[in-house]
Amino acid sequence: MVERNIFAGFGGQGVLLMGQLLAAAGMKEGKNTSWIPSYGPEMRGGTANCSVMLSEEEIDSPLVTRPTSLIVMNRPSLEKFEDAVVPGGSIFVNSSMIDIKVKRTDVNAYYVPCTEIATELGNPKVSNMIMLGAYIGKSKCVDIETVLEALLEKLGERKAKLIPLNREALKRGAGCIE
Amino acid sequence: MAVVFQKTPVLTDVPFHYCPGCGHGIVHRLVAEVIEELGIQEKCAGVAPVGCAVFMYNYMNVDMYEAAHGRAPAVATGFKRVHPDKYIFTYQGDGDLASIGTAEIVHAAHRGEKITTIFINNAIYGMTGGQMAPTTLVGQVTTTSPYGRQKEHCGEPIRIAEMLSTINGSAYIARCALNNAANIRKTKAAIKKAFQCQIEGKGFSLVEVLSPCPTNWGKSPAEAMDWLQDNMIPYYPLGTFKEV
Amino acid sequence: MAKKLMKGCEAIAEAAIQAGCRYFFGYPITPQNDIPEYMSRRMPQVGGCFLQAESELAAINMVYGAGGAGARAMTSSSSPGISLKQEGISTCAAAEVPCVIVNMMRGGPGLGNIQASQGDYFQATKGGGHGDYRCVVYAPSSIQETCDLMPRAFDTADKYRTPVIILADGLIGQMMEPVELKMNDNPTMPEKPWACQGWDPKGERPRAVINSLYIETEILDDLMTRLNARYDEIRKNEVMVETYKTEGADFVLCAYGTVARVCKAAVRILAENGIKCGLVRPITLWPFPSKEVHDVIAQESVQGALTVEISNGQMVEDIRLAVNGEKPVEFMGKGGSIIPTAEEIADRVMKIMRRA
Repeated sequence: MVERNIFAGFGGQGVLLMGQLLAAAGMKEGKNTSWIPSYGPEMRGGTANCSVMLSEEEIDSPLVTRPTSLIVMNRPSLEKFEDAVVPGGSIFVNSSMIDIKVKRTDVNAYYVPCTEIATELGNPKVSNMIMLGAYIGKSKCVDIETVLEALLEKLGERKAKLIPLNREALKRGAGCIE
Repeated sequence: MAVVFQKTPVLTDVPFHYCPGCGHGIVHRLVAEVIEELGIQEKCAGVAPVGCAVFMYNYMNVDMYEAAHGRAPAVATGFKRVHPDKYIFTYQGDGDLASIGTAEIVHAAHRGEKITTIFINNAIYGMTGGQMAPTTLVGQVTTTSPYGRQKEHCGEPIRIAEMLSTINGSAYIARCALNNAANIRKTKAAIKKAFQCQIEGKGFSLVEVLSPCPTNWGKSPAEAMDWLQDNMIPYYPLGTFKEV
Repeated sequence: MAKKLMKGCEAIAEAAIQAGCRYFFGYPITPQNDIPEYMSRRMPQVGGCFLQAESELAAINMVYGAGGAGARAMTSSSSPGISLKQEGISTCAAAEVPCVIVNMMRGGPGLGNIQASQGDYFQATKGGGHGDYRCVVYAPSSIQETCDLMPRAFDTADKYRTPVIILADGLIGQMMEPVELKMNDNPTMPEKPWACQGWDPKGERPRAVINSLYIETEILDDLMTRLNARYDEIRKNEVMVETYKTEGADFVLCAYGTVARVCKAAVRILAENGIKCGLVRPITLWPFPSKEVHDVIAQESVQGALTVEISNGQMVEDIRLAVNGEKPVEFMGKGGSIIPTAEEIADRVMKIMRRA
C-alpha cells in the first residue's frame, strides 16, 4: 500500500491540518508517513497545499508529483492538479465551493458538499474534517479514531470538547462516499 | 626601600606597541587598575577590537577574546549569557564601534546587556593609517578626507555617548578625556563606575574616552593634547550622560 | 520514546538541546524560522538561553562568544543569512571555537527564492569565508537522520575544535516525518580548559586567549599547520557515506539530501525496468567520501554515473575528482529550486545507458 496524496485549497481552509492529521494517524498505525507543505512568503489567503505519503515500505522520495488521491477544497486547486493524478486514482472535490466537474474520465471523482454538511452539524469550520472523512471512508487507509487521537494531541486537553464534533464530521464525510 | 609605585598585576609584562603620545596605553592601565581595585581579575574577561588596540589580549592579564571588526559587543554578549556571574568588557575604537559596529553596540545597549564598553574616540582610523572616522571633526584632514571633512558630503561627526544615553537599556554612559591629569583621574573614576554598574547588574555601561593620536593627526604628543582640548572637547562635551 | 511526527526544523532544534546545546543565537529568515521559534520556547525550559540577535553577523559572533566561553552554542539560518555569517565562521575556524551552524538552503544567488535548494555546496565545503580553512559539513536526507546527526555534530565540533555545518535543503526543514528522538537529560560535555571563563593567575590553567589574529608569518603558519593536521584527522575519521544497491550495479546515481531520496525512487523505477542502478550518497560533504565514491563508480560493472542536484552543478565537481576520469560522470540539475522527479531521473539514466 502506498498512498500519495495532495491536499489543496485556500489558506485557512485547513488543508495543511488535514494532511498532518492523516500523516500522524498513519504513523500511529505503524505506517511510514511524510508531510510536505507548500510554503511561500504569504501568511494568509493564497493557495495552500501539502503532500502526504503513507506506506508500508520505507518512503524513498517524499515528493508527490503523481498523486494517487487529490483532495481539493477550491476550484483553482482542482484546475492546477487534476492532470497530475495517476490513471485510476481518485479526486475528492469540495462541491460546496467548486462549481465545475472533473474532466478526466480515467479517475474516480467524488463530490462532497463539505460546507453544507458542516453547516448541518452546526459549524462550517469542520468542512475540512468532512472531506478528510470522505477520503478515509474511501481509502480505508487509517481508522477515524486514530485521526481523532492525533487531533486531540494537536488541540490539547483544553480543547478536548471539540472531539465529538470532529468525530461526527469525519463519520458524516465517510458516510457520504459509501 | 619602600615601594611607592608598582605596575598593576592585571597588566602583563609585554611592552605596549603604541606610538609615543598615544592614549591607548593610558586607558589600558586605567582599565587594569580598576579591575585590580575591584578585585575581579579572576572573574573577568575582555574583548579586544580591530584597530590599534588589536593586541590588547597580549597586555591584559585576564582571559581575552579578539573579535572581528565591530563585533565585540556580540562576542561579549555570548560570554555574558554563558557566565552571568562573571564580568566582561569590550575595548573598541571609533571605527570599530561607531562605524562598522553600530548595530552591535546599539543592540547590546538596547538589550541592557550587562557588559562594560570602553570606547576610544580619537577622531580617526589609527591602525589602517589615518583615514576618516565617523567621529572625525568637520574640516579635519585625514588620508580619505584630504580637503578636510565636509559635512555636505559625509555628514557631521557622530556623538556616541549622547546617542546611547537615549536607549533604555543603558545604565551608565559617560564621556571623559585624557588631555590632563585631572581628566585622566576622572576617566579612571568613570571606568570604575562602569564596572560597578555591571557588578550591580544594572545594565549596559559605556565610557567614551577622547584620546590623542599624534601620529595620524600629524602633531607632537604635546600639540595633540592641546588639539584635543581645543577641538574635540567643544564638539564632544565631557560629563555623565546617563546614570541609573 | 515513541515516534512523533515532527517538522524538520523543530526536530533539529530538539535534537540540539538533547545534545547539550544550551545557547542559541539567531535571526529570522525563511525557511528556517521554526528553529528559532522552537528554541525560544524550549531554551527557558531547560535553563538555556535563546537570544534573537540584531543580525546574522551578531548572531554568529554571539556564538563565537558563547562557544569561546566553553558552552555548546549554535545558530541557524538560510542561504543569504549564512553568507552574512561567513565572517564569524572564518573567525571560529581560526580561533578554534567549536560551534554548530544549520543552513536550511534556499534558492540563490542574492535573495533568490525561499524554496529548497542545494546551491550552497561550494560555500559550505570549500571555505565560504576567507582564508584557508574547512568546516565539517553534514548533509542529512531525512528528519530522523538530521536528529541522529545533531549529537555527532556537537561532538565533532568539540573534538576537533571546529565549526560544523548542517547543510540541509529547505524541504528537510519544512516537512514532517515520524522521528524517534534519543532523549538525554545529561549529555556528556568535554572539559574545555582553553575557554574564557575567568582566569586565576595562581592556578594551573594558562590564561585563555580566543584569537584569530596571528600577525607574524611563522606563528600563523604554526596555526595553519595545526589546523591542517586536524583536517587530516577529520578526513581519516569522520567520513560518512551511504551506498544503496551499488554492488555490481550497471549505473550509479550520486546525490545528497532530499535529492538522494528522489534518486532512491528512481533506482526503484529503473529496477522495475530491468536496470541495475545504485546510489552513492555522501552524508559528510566535507570530508568528502572520495575513496568510497571512487570505489563504487570505478567498479567494472558500472558504465557511468549521474550526479543529481538542486543546483547547476556543484558536488559533481567532487564526484568527478574522485572518479578521476575512470568512468563518465554526467550531471542533471537545475537552479531555481526545481527538483527533478524520480521519473525524469530514471528517463535520463535510460537515455545515457542506451547511448552507451
